[in-house]
Amino acid sequence: MRKQTFSALSLIWRGLSGHRSWQQQWRKPEPKTRYDAIIVGGGGHGLGAAYYLAQEHGLSNIAVLEKGWIGGGNTGRNTTIIRSYYLFSESAALYDHSLKLWEDLSRALNYNMMFSQRGVMMLAHTVHDVQVIKRHVHANRCNGVDNEWLEPAQAKAFCPPLNIAANIRYPVLGAALQRRGGTARHDAVAWGYARAADALGVDIIENCEVTGIRRDAGGAVAGVETSRGYIQARKVGVSAAGHTSVVMRMAGVQLPLESFPLQALVSEPIKPIFPCVVMSNTIHAYISQSDKGELVIGAGTDAYTSYTQRGALHINMHTLDAICELFPEFRRLRMLRNWGGIVDVTPDRSPIIAKTAVPGLYVNCGWGTGGFKATPGSAHLFAWTMAHDEPHPINAPFTIERFRDGNLIDEAAAAAVAH
Amino acid sequence: MEFTHGGEAHLVRPSPPAQVDDDTWTRFLYMRDNLKGVYAERWRHARGCGQFFNALRDTTTDHFVAVYKRGEPRPR
Ligand SMILES: Cc1cc2nc3c(=O)[nH]c(=O)nc-3n(C[C@H](O)[C@H](O)[C@H](O)COP(=O)(O)OP(=O)(O)OC[C@H]3O[C@@H](n4cnc5c(N)ncnc54)[C@H](O)[C@@H]3O)c2cc1C
Ligand SMILES: [Zn+2]
Repeated sequence: MRKQTFSALSLIWRGLSGHRSWQQQWRKPEPKTRYDAIIVGGGGHGLGAAYYLAQEHGLSNIAVLEKGWIGGGNTGRNTTIIRSYYLFSESAALYDHSLKLWEDLSRALNYNMMFSQRGVMMLAHTVHDVQVIKRHVHANRCNGVDNEWLEPAQAKAFCPPLNIAANIRYPVLGAALQRRGGTARHDAVAWGYARAADALGVDIIENCEVTGIRRDAGGAVAGVETSRGYIQARKVGVSAAGHTSVVMRMAGVQLPLESFPLQALVSEPIKPIFPCVVMSNTIHAYISQSDKGELVIGAGTDAYTSYTQRGALHINMHTLDAICELFPEFRRLRMLRNWGGIVDVTPDRSPIIAKTAVPGLYVNCGWGTGGFKATPGSAHLFAWTMAHDEPHPINAPFTIERFRDGNLIDEAAAAAVAH
Repeated sequence: MEFTHGGEAHLVRPSPPAQVDDDTWTRFLYMRDNLKGVYAERWRHARGCGQFFNALRDTTTDHFVAVYKRGEPRPR
């Protein structure tokens, strides 16, 4: 059946008929016995990769296998901050590739991503922060990525709720602002890619957990065991975020990853008060306001690895302390919900989008605490890598071998904390 | 916090350093099992005696299954 398209007219028209004539957005097919390519993990990265494989590389017999429901992993659990001001040239190219795709994504997928370039401001609280952040600003501008330095009064003008008093524990000494940065709607990313991929014939199979990876006599990938039976495929791309180590172990591949819980929380909804996104790596506070009116607040990772998908309470308390000091008028707000996701962290805090030592097996992982912003770019490059059996120039530095060869892309050291 | 996490246990530093190849160094420095389930880890009694010790912890529940001294083999 031809897909309905979304437009202002179609919304009004179907609204008048009680919204009862909308089609299902994607099929719920039974798994076939064989596919040309399988993606493990139905988050934004995996669904996007399937879409680009079909759209740009002409593959049609593709499945996305998701153990739960699509978008139920970190894609649906994150605070949706999108920016591209990373220090190193390799990272700037990668994240800005993604940001450029975001700018056109709603149109390309005919799905409203609610992408809002409201500006992302990163606060500096110490002399060290000021130096590091100014260095980022200069490096970004050399790489053609917009980023500008604001003095405290300018930061306050951009974000009126910000407390720039000099006598607080971590005073605001300035900020970097990327005006092209912002937020998008988390679910829309998963749903938009799913709908567009399905329209190109991709099978999206939920409640289908990959439990094993079979290899042939030559060691190459032959297929995957799943909770819904064995499925053959010569190309398997793993995009399983916090569970990447678990899945890759099925093929005997060890990775430089550790999985940590990362938490977020939202307040009760209030009227529009917060015009932008504010981040502070130094005191671990990430905040924006959703279109529903909730303040969306991101906290830090737990201090130990875990797959529990919840985090320790004191981590949230620490973040709320910072929020209350930076935005005193939020002190009396009540928090509605908090939750955790499991994020896969590499030693240099940069991702891996690469081939592996196993022929036909590809991996996209290590996005850690900051891969939502990269969803379209990562998906696009992962599809390229799977289709060509070699990396695109943008993701060529993001290999597993960089750890052996000493070519780290050390955004961890650059930012001094997780980001 | 009284105890701090020290990562995967039983990683043996390869030696002698000059004769260790790059893959062995990479495994020691960067590669981790990152297990979902019972995982042998190093922990440190940071706000106490400062000593490292080993523990088995279930990373699906965060429950500690066993605690043992560093240098001792993994229980069971
Ligand atoms: C609280 C929190 C806040 C965050 N804030 C931000 C932010 O502000 N900005 C930002 O850029 N990033 C942020 N991130 C990081 C971001 O969410 C992730 O990097 C990104 O969403 C990863 O997308 P993904 O598609 O790779 O993973 P996911 O959406 O997690 O998808 C992976 C999927 O794989 C599935 N899977 C796992 N194992 C199997 C298996 N064996 N078989 C089948 N399927 C399997 C999972 O069920 C899951 O749906 C945050 C993360 C968290 C947890
Ligand atoms: Zn002690």
